[in-house]
Amino acid sequence: MGEPGIVFWILSVIILVSGFMVVSLKNIFHCALFLILCLFAVAGIFILLGAEFLAAAQVLIYVGAVAILMIFAIMLTSNLASRKIRQSNENVLVAFFVCVTFVVSALLLLARTYESVWGKLSYKETLPAQNIATLGKYLMTEFMLPFEVVSVLLLAAMIGAIVLARKEKA
Amino acid sequence: MSGGPFIMLELQPVFAWLYGLLQSLGIKGSWLTVISYGGLSVTVFGVLALLALFLVWWERKIAGHIQQRFGPMRNGWHGWYQTLMDGLKLLQKEDVLVDTRDKPVFFWAPIVCFVAAFAAYVVMPFGDGLIVADLNIGILYIIAITTFTVISLLMAGWGSNNKYALLGGMRSAAQVVSYEVPMVASILTVILFTGSLSMVDIVQSQSGLIFNWFIFRLPFGPVAFMIYITAATAEANRTPFDIPEAEQELVAGFNVEYSGMKFAMFFLAEFVNMFTVSAIAVTLFFGGWQGWEFIPSWIWFLGKTFMVVLLLMLFRWTYPRLRVDQLMEFAWKILVPIAFANLIVAGWMKYAGWYW
Repeated sequence: MGEPGIVFWILSVIILVSGFMVVSLKNIFHCALFLILCLFAVAGIFILLGAEFLAAAQVLIYVGAVAILMIFAIMLTSNLASRKIRQSNENVLVAFFVCVTFVVSALLLLARTYESVWGKLSYKETLPAQNIATLGKYLMTEFMLPFEVVSVLLLAAMIGAIVLARKEKA
Repeated sequence: MSGGPFIMLELQPVFAWLYGLLQSLGIKGSWLTVISYGGLSVTVFGVLALLALFLVWWERKIAGHIQQRFGPMRNGWHGWYQTLMDGLKLLQKEDVLVDTRDKPVFFWAPIVCFVAAFAAYVVMPFGDGLIVADLNIGILYIIAITTFTVISLLMAGWGSNNKYALLGGMRSAAQVVSYEVPMVASILTVILFTGSLSMVDIVQSQSGLIFNWFIFRLPFGPVAFMIYITAATAEANRTPFDIPEAEQELVAGFNVEYSGMKFAMFFLAEFVNMFTVSAIAVTLFFGGWQGWEFIPSWIWFLGKTFMVVLLLMLFRWTYPRLRVDQLMEFAWKILVPIAFANLIVAGWMKYAGWYW
């Protein structure tokens, strides 16, 4: 990996700060907006890594669809609108330890495998220039089965949503 | 992204001179890139602001003439600098603020709207080589970045703490999320034949005779264009799909509490968005900047785009507004099935080789 550069550090700070805001602010609408900022900055990291398609997909799916639906749900729930919400309960300490354990183990894993895996990777070389075409080819050949399974899962979820939302006709 | 910005042939000496000037001032490396791209964005921004001013005036003239009146007539020849005067007036107006607003959200909403409207022009091919950056995800980048417009409308609706504004914001979110589906499906039909998402590649794949324009690829080209222009009208929140700001129902919709310069930002962004969707239509369906060579390519691009803008303006002043439920039904029960059927037919014909 090359030098991370200043853009990486700016994006990292944005991601961490906005991520913290999402779980700590009292106004749930502000939380949703910070979530959007966080996801947008992650798209920036993807661009730094040369994966432009992933960045666009990230913005399109997470910002354009998921976050908008979340905001929509917040607006439709009239109780949430004006109320200040406490984001923590008595389990906060347990949750904190679980998170710390996860982060520490992930860092340990990274440190142990750095020499054998990460040190040898050079992202500039491993990503093809036309990574959309390559991605599409792989989805249709090598990763055909997972792709189809995901499609069926999404279809099932969609039908489930329709069944739940539909009013029974007498 | 490697190398300098793409530069139109006629303007190359000017840019080369500026580049040399910067280098002789002792600026080098990444700062040179930052400054040259910064200058480029300021230029694009200026051009677009002028275009938006012109479009506001043009829309008012068209509206006037359709309704058998003159429209603005006082400032200059047929009121040509009326919009400039309106802008100056809005600049010095008091910024009326609601006391119960959500302060940061209210403040950032017009800024997000403005930036999202202009960010699409990073990949817009204004002419032969006249593009800021030819990203290989071109059209996908535009689709992704313009979703921030919806978020800004939702922010404006929420931040105003006003039921009409909130309703306007929610309507726009529902509308844009719904109409994005047929729009992307119709764009995909074009992508299927160009095999690239880059805007420059899309334009170049339609070179040659006028019959190579995508709209003349029968039978799916015209269908895709009609779906695109319908969905684009909805995306730009224009009549007959302007329920986010339906005056009779919602006073002014999401921007009801905005005044002064903040309102002007929403207003300008709306016209820039209209120009954006028209420019995408030209790039995808009308061969972009291509035409007879004795006319500069950017004139072709602007001319074609103004024709599509004219179409959108005629829609606005001749069609009545749809009701909310009609609007959603139209998107999901009519446009989406047609768009997907069209995509399947196009894919089949591409596979069979029945196209030129």
